Amino acid sequence: MKPSLWHRLDGLARRLTPFALTLVLVVVSVVPLHIPGFARVAPLLPLIAVYHWAIYRPRLLPAFAVFVIGVLQDTLTGTPIGVNALVFIGVYGVVLSQRRFFAGKSFAVVWLGFAVVAAGAALSSWILVSVYNLTLVAPRAVLFQYLMTLGVFPLLAWVFLRWQRAFLESE
Amino acid sequence: MKGPLRPVHRIAVPIKGLIQRFAYVGLVAAAFGLMLLGKADVPLAERIRTQVTDALAPILDVLSRPVATVSDVVDQVRELASLHEENAGLREDKVRLLQWQTVARRLEAENKALRALLNFVPGPEASYVTARVIGDTGGAFAHTLLLNAGFRAGVRKGQAVVTGDGLVGRVAGVGNRSTRVILITDLNSHIPVLVERTRTRAILAGDNSEVLRLIRLPPGAEVSPGDRVVTSGHGDAFPPGLPVGVVASVSDAGIGVQPFVERSRLEYVRVVDFGLRGILQPLFPGIPADGP
Repeated sequence: MKPSLWHRLDGLARRLTPFALTLVLVVVSVVPLHIPGFARVAPLLPLIAVYHWAIYRPRLLPAFAVFVIGVLQDTLTGTPIGVNALVFIGVYGVVLSQRRFFAGKSFAVVWLGFAVVAAGAALSSWILVSVYNLTLVAPRAVLFQYLMTLGVFPLLAWVFLRWQRAFLESE
Repeated sequence: MKGPLRPVHRIAVPIKGLIQRFAYVGLVAAAFGLMLLGKADVPLAERIRTQVTDALAPILDVLSRPVATVSDVVDQVRELASLHEENAGLREDKVRLLQWQTVARRLEAENKALRALLNFVPGPEASYVTARVIGDTGGAFAHTLLLNAGFRAGVRKGQAVVTGDGLVGRVAGVGNRSTRVILITDLNSHIPVLVERTRTRAILAGDNSEVLRLIRLPPGAEVSPGDRVVTSGHGDAFPPGLPVGVVASVSDAGIGVQPFVERSRLEYVRVVDFGLRGILQPLFPGIPADGP
């Protein structure tokens, strides 16, 4: 029996959510929050999303989608176009290659993995932007942004986990 | 049906893996390519940025409204708590300002008389576009704002962006209905300024931190903490005399300037057209610098 049109549309819509949610995160993280000093150290929310979906549903967030997310992040935030695209793609590749390690691991291990991966991401984007501008960018804000991202991770990852249990089929 | 498909499947899977790997390498190369493109051909990168920002501007506009409302309410509650002290402070300020008003009136009259004597040519009248901040972006690597007014509202590239407190930054990219502003704290911001007390010329450079650095001072220049820093108007980018910040620290490591404008409080800003053509002119007359 062939599934009805609505059924298929529903499935498609569900499969698009990881990508769509990540795009929404990129846009939302740009909204001014009027909290003193926050804009400089605002957590890199899309990085969390890319890491999470690369572990749990990589087929729903293919490399090309990650690239698009990175370019959008660059265009909106004013970083040189390509920097976040490269960093996100790098994170995605690293996580995919270690996917077997993450399979069935506890949340603490996944968080720890994120701490390592995000540190690499922060360091490489710092190097990329510094080389691009031919000066050393002040590293303090980068460090605090990294810590903020690390702190927000459990919250966002919890939302994603609930989402994938409720709406997405397992791969 | 599945039986005969298997050999095909056996070949197809490695090929698919290979294609995926190639696609991945291709994307990495594309990211590097985009960076090089941005470095080499700035107008194209800027155009891509403008188009994307323009498309997303209405969404950001809507999203930023409730956040602004919440922050307003929080501010009001906070103000209620300190109402008494603030009143006392304001009363003192009023007395002081009345004295200043007298001084200003006298100076204005004197100025008018002297101008009449000297046939002084006044600068062009400024016109303003008021815009709402719909995006505060950048994180650790870039300090930019997005505004909800663009080319249609009369914003042009290179114009100064100010609030009542002082200079915010300059317009870096203009779309039809959105504007990207580079803040004075951004790594790429270099503004010709004057130290108001001594009229010393210098360049005020951002370095992606909250404090600005005063560089390119003439040898033997004397600067001390508390000196006000204003735009000098050199290079025709900004009009002279816009307040920028105050010298916060002087040491061997450099001179730090605290900007007057507090980034997190920016809600409405004014884009100012002083009729200056500016240093952001196209190098070649055929290419417009201020097109959307």
